[in-house]
Amino acid sequence: MKDKEKLKDKRFKIAHREAKIGVVLVVINFMLWFGFAYGLGSGDPASYNYVFGLPEWFFYSCVLGFIVMFFLVVYSVKFLFKEVPFEEEEERGNQV
Amino acid sequence: MNWQVIIPLLLFLVVIFSIGFWASRYVRSTDSFLQEYFLGDRQMGGFVLAMTMIATYGSASSFIGGPGVAYTKGLGWVLLSMAQLPAGYFVLMVLGKKFSIIARKYKAITLIDFLKERYKSNAVVIIAAVSIIVFLFSSMAAQWVGGARLIESLTGLSYTTALFLFAVSVLFYVIIGGFRAVALTETVQGVVMLLGTIILLVATIKAGGGISNIIQELVAENPNLVSPYGAERDLTPIYVSSFWILVGVGVIGLPQIAVRAMSYKNSRGMHQAIIIGTFVIGTIMLGMHVIGVFARAILPGIEIGDKVMPTLTLEVLPPFLAGLVLAAPMAAIMSTVNSLLILISSAIVKDLYLNYLKPNASEIQVKRASFWVTTLIGISVILFALSPPDLLIWLNLFSFGGLESVFLWPIVFGLYWSKGNKYGAISSMGVGMGSYILFDRLYPNALGMHTVVLPVLLSLIAYVIISKMTHKYVLSSNLHLETNG
Repeated sequence: MKDKEKLKDKRFKIAHREAKIGVVLVVINFMLWFGFAYGLGSGDPASYNYVFGLPEWFFYSCVLGFIVMFFLVVYSVKFLFKEVPFEEEEERGNQV
Repeated sequence: MNWQVIIPLLLFLVVIFSIGFWASRYVRSTDSFLQEYFLGDRQMGGFVLAMTMIATYGSASSFIGGPGVAYTKGLGWVLLSMAQLPAGYFVLMVLGKKFSIIARKYKAITLIDFLKERYKSNAVVIIAAVSIIVFLFSSMAAQWVGGARLIESLTGLSYTTALFLFAVSVLFYVIIGGFRAVALTETVQGVVMLLGTIILLVATIKAGGGISNIIQELVAENPNLVSPYGAERDLTPIYVSSFWILVGVGVIGLPQIAVRAMSYKNSRGMHQAIIIGTFVIGTIMLGMHVIGVFARAILPGIEIGDKVMPTLTLEVLPPFLAGLVLAAPMAAIMSTVNSLLILISSAIVKDLYLNYLKPNASEIQVKRASFWVTTLIGISVILFALSPPDLLIWLNLFSFGGLESVFLWPIVFGLYWSKGNKYGAISSMGVGMGSYILFDRLYPNALGMHTVVLPVLLSLIAYVIISKMTHKYVLSSNLHLETNG
């Protein structure tokens, strides 16, 4: 029983850490999105700068912001996330 | 009728049907009907998991309603729609592992099974089941209407005929195939949605003579179309940001999404799903809403928002490709409807019928009940959709907000806060649902934010305060039970 509890503790620790990473990513996502959109886009629309034909605020906030978030997500999953078994006994490492 | 457009759509339906047939073999041969029919036996791998989440989440409003609003409001609405990006990674990261481990431990098949085991309270089960039935039913009706309108505008059939055509095709494969059919058809539908978005985006940019050209035409018409504030400068930063609760992080509280966070095979699948999901949802949301804005430069003067996307597709693409692209919204609608249908059915059969009406029902009785309930819900939604309410997007969002106010905190604290208890959960659900309905009726968009924000905050406060207040009482009554038992 004690061993089982320990295994659970360990899995929960991983799960909790990954949930926190999720929260951090959302905060970064929001800051990129909000900062670029209203930081660059709050002036007179007639005097916007353009990147690849798109208004600067839109390019950085929505297009680049998406790409940056995608790579942050890939990085987090590849290097920070750990695989854990879900079932206690059966099916461990049984990949199809 | 334009057969060149209709043939690819029919082909798409044939593929979906065959999957339903194929999946029904599993339903017939399984030794655990409930787990198979409502959860697909927890067999989903990463790609299927990502696609089923996105396809369930992406609905008529992503392909029809949303681009229509973007058409009138401009790039500001695209900015708002990008609040949906976290739905691709946040749900699985936060619910992900803990939910899977605990759901297996509890042997939970539905979200409500989890709540029932966690809180040990009939009131929680009943409030949860009723909110799922009420809110998702209205959401499903909205999608049904969207599907029928789409078929109507593409084929020239009458609304009623279109509605029946759409309903019969969805009901057929859901009823026979259950969750496995839903998840697998959604995978196909998700791929169709992604490809459709990319094809249409490229064709639209080409038809408009390049991005620069399109944007400059919009600036010439009204410079505010390319600002983050919307064409009428009515999109305030606080309003737009509040959508991060509704369509971003709050998505955790949507039962149709949460149930998918416990239906997959292993953690490797979940990791893949996070990566694929983020990419696909970002591409679809950015792509479709940009298409809506760009459409204004190509086809000015469309009055009904819902017509923007179909009209544009027929304008900028050759007929056969147009048929393929128009299968995308069809896929989006079908994939949302089928998940909701199976979820409502599970709430009635698994959570109400088996818990309260007939706890000892035999396998055959459960099977029969599941098929009949699924069929009856399907038919009643059709009746509802025959005289449809107008604003598709808002009806759909209404149920999003309502469900999030009810479920968000009982799920999140249920997983991460051991002191949270049933009194906290009940009051949080009651306050969430009650205040959402009141705010929506009496003071919508309170303080300049979307209506969902305050009810979600209030239900958070209710959960924490009541759980803390009753903590000692719960502890002592548990102790009492243990010493007695």
